[in-house]
This record gives sequence, structure tokens and C-alpha cells, in this order.
Amino acid sequence: MTSIGTGYDLSASTYSPDGRIFQVEYANKAVENSGTAIGLKVKDGVVLAVEKLVHSKLLVPGANRRIQTVDRHIGLATAGLPADGRTVASRARDEAANHRDVYRSPPTLKTIADRLGHFVQMYTLYSSVRPFGISTILGAVDKDGPALYVIEPSGVFFGYHGAAVGKGRQLAKTELEKLKLSELTAREAVMEAARIIYLVHEDAKEKEFELEMSWIGPESNGQHVAVPKDLFDAAEASAREALVSELE
Amino acid sequence: MERIDYQQLKAGEVNLGTSIMAVQFSNGVVIGADSRTTTGSYIANRAVADAVHYNLQLYTQSAGAPPTVHTAASLFQKICYENKDALSAGIIVAGWDKEVGPSVYNIPLGGGLFRQPWAIGGSGSTYVYGYCDATYQEGWGRDETVNFVKNTLALAMSRDGSSGGVIRMCVITEGSVERLFVPGNELPKFWQGTEVLSAPKEKAAAFEPQVVPMAVE
Repeated sequence: MTSIGTGYDLSASTYSPDGRIFQVEYANKAVENSGTAIGLKVKDGVVLAVEKLVHSKLLVPGANRRIQTVDRHIGLATAGLPADGRTVASRARDEAANHRDVYRSPPTLKTIADRLGHFVQMYTLYSSVRPFGISTILGAVDKDGPALYVIEPSGVFFGYHGAAVGKGRQLAKTELEKLKLSELTAREAVMEAARIIYLVHEDAKEKEFELEMSWIGPESNGQHVAVPKDLFDAAEASAREALVSELE
Repeated sequence: MERIDYQQLKAGEVNLGTSIMAVQFSNGVVIGADSRTTTGSYIANRAVADAVHYNLQLYTQSAGAPPTVHTAASLFQKICYENKDALSAGIIVAGWDKEVGPSVYNIPLGGGLFRQPWAIGGSGSTYVYGYCDATYQEGWGRDETVNFVKNTLALAMSRDGSSGGVIRMCVITEGSVERLFVPGNELPKFWQGTEVLSAPKEKAAAFEPQVVPMAVE
């Protein structure tokens, strides 16, 4: 890396001579080392899925969740430093609660993404802080229908039909592009999401992992909840099957 | 010892009288008011409206879309509820938005928030609840609704000493805000009664007692 040793990568408050902020770029590296997280915005809902790498067999299954609930209708999945993910989720909840308090109505996802984007950006300006080492996938079904956003460590955010962040994002993105996302139902999207997570995990030949999936759609009554066990198991089983048949 | 007299006006409070009204109809709302407040031509709580106006503009810019009527009403409600000790403002918020079409919200004194098909407020409104209950019907169009507002306000203005003057109305629909004006000499007229006390008295028939003197022996 050309940046090392130049001194311009020590603080988020200093540009390099060619206009880059290396601390933000390093934050992106922290994201790239993390287990994959994906989000699918489909016809009637949104599905979030995470490949949670399990670094110890002693861990309780379901611990250290990387998918969190922001508001009744808003979910969030992070890739990167898990602790940073919890800070951003906590702020997201505060913003959602504030919106409900002031406007007496549930916030749209765009509003939350906008406010969170500002929050994340503030950590790219000062020498006393470290930028967040996470990319955040936000999913919701609000008054305008299903919505999906990704916030990067720099604070920028974009809306997507399908999003992938973390280690396996390249392969996940090509898989997402093959899908006709706007024609899928949330139920179908759960199956695809599980398949993609298993696929990118197999590709990387990583250690153990745990699949985490949540959705917001008609079957969850418009609320962000974990995918129900029967559907989760079916999706996981068919994801394993798809892997086996691909190897043959 | 100084006692708090709940019957008295709060310090600095002015006694406001007026009549206001809003009614929703098929594709819009009609809002209306008389021109009188007993303190004169200003409304003491215009400050609240200004604060909300600012917040609505802020909302429009940050959300990239105009606020709903519910949003506007909620902002008023928040201020009215949080400052209920200092404010005495009964507020009606009405308008048209993309989400629900026409809607009317009533925010009475304590700072509640109620969606209603029609709402009346101000000191004059107390005289015309019965008229509104007996008259209002669902499914009206623009003209019937304008007449309803005009008649109700005229009735309130004639009964309430703190209401009067002229009627100003707005018809708010998806694409337009139409202003209507009714001068004081063209207000709809209803039964105005006859002054019973000043009516000429019928001459009472002369009463002549038929007193017969007692016979004296």
C-alpha cells in the first residue's frame, strides 16, 4: 500500500495529497474481512441474510447477532466490526424513535438512511475518532413499499434492489444480478438468500458459519422478524442441496 | 397566601373569541373562519403556527416530499400538548395529501389529536354543535360543503358575541387552494326572532271589581 509510511493515513482529519482519506479506506478493509451480508428487495418485501463466521465451537448458537431490528418495520444487517454494528443500530433506533415522537408516524427507510448516513459521516472528520468499520444494509417495508439501502464507512448511502457487503460480496452480487428481484415474493427470496450465502461461503472455504435470516413482508405482517423456523430450515436444506448438485 | 385561581385567565392571556371550522368532502376540504377575535385582529398564538410552518418546511427539504396533513397536525399537537400550561389554543388542521386524500384533524385545548370528518372550534362553535350534528352528511361535494361551512359560521357568528364580521373560507383540493369571501352584509340569514319585550302590549281589559258593599244593619 502506497499510503503506508507517508503519514497521511494516521488520522481521519487529514487528506492525502491526492485527496483521499486513508482511514476511511482502511475501514472498508475491515468490512471486506467480514462474513458476507446480503439484502434482497423484492416484489412484496425485503429479506436480509448474513453469513456469520463462528470463530469458536464454544459459542452459543444465535449469539452475536448481526441482524438487528431498528423499528417494527425496519431491519439492519452489518458486515465489519460487530461492536460498531451495535453502535450504529442503537443510533438507528434512536433516530426512528425520534421520528415517531416528532411526527407521530413510522419513519420511511430513506429518512433513517439519511440520518444514519450523517451520523457515520461525522466519524470521518475528526482526528479524535475512528470511522466505523462496517457497511450497513438497511431494509424495510414503509409507506412507499419495500426499500433497501447500504451505508458505507464514508457515510455515503445508495438505494439498491439487491445488496451484498463483506468478504463474498463479488460472487453474491453476480448471483443477485441473475435473479429477477422485482418479480420474486419474499418467500422465494428467502430461498435464494440462503442459497447465495451458502454458495459464497463454500467458495471462500471458510471455517464454520451460522446462517442468519430475517424478513419484512406480507407473511410477517409488515414487521421485521427472523424468518420462521420451518421456512428457515427448508431454505437451509435446499441451499445445501443446491451446493451438492453444483459440485456434481 | 397567594392562591391559584383556575377560573381566572392565565397571566398575560387574552380572551379570544372566534368561530372556526373545517369539513372534508369527496376530493378536498373546506376550512373557514370569521374575522373577529375579541382582542382585535391578531391571534395571540400565531407563534405556534409560525413554529409549525418552519418545521414543515424543514420536513419538506429533508424528506424531499411535502408532509402529510397528519404530519402537520402532529407537529401542532406536540407543541399544544407539551405546552398545555402556557397555551390556550384550539387548533384545526385540514388539507389534502397523497396518502389519504382529504382529512381534518382537531386539536382541542389539552393537546389531543383527533381525526374527524368535520370539526368546529372557538367560542362560537358551542352554539352550533347541534346544527352540525343535524345537518352534516357524508358524500357531499364541494358546493354543499361550502354552504355547510358558510351557514354554520353565520349561525355561530349571530349567537356568539365574540364572533362576527365576515367569513373567509378556503377550498383545498389536490391541485388548488381556492379562497372564498363572504362580506358581513351578505351572510346567510336565519330566524332572527322578534323582540318580545318591546312588542306593543295588548291593552288589558279594564278590571272592575264587582264589590258589593257589605250590608250594614
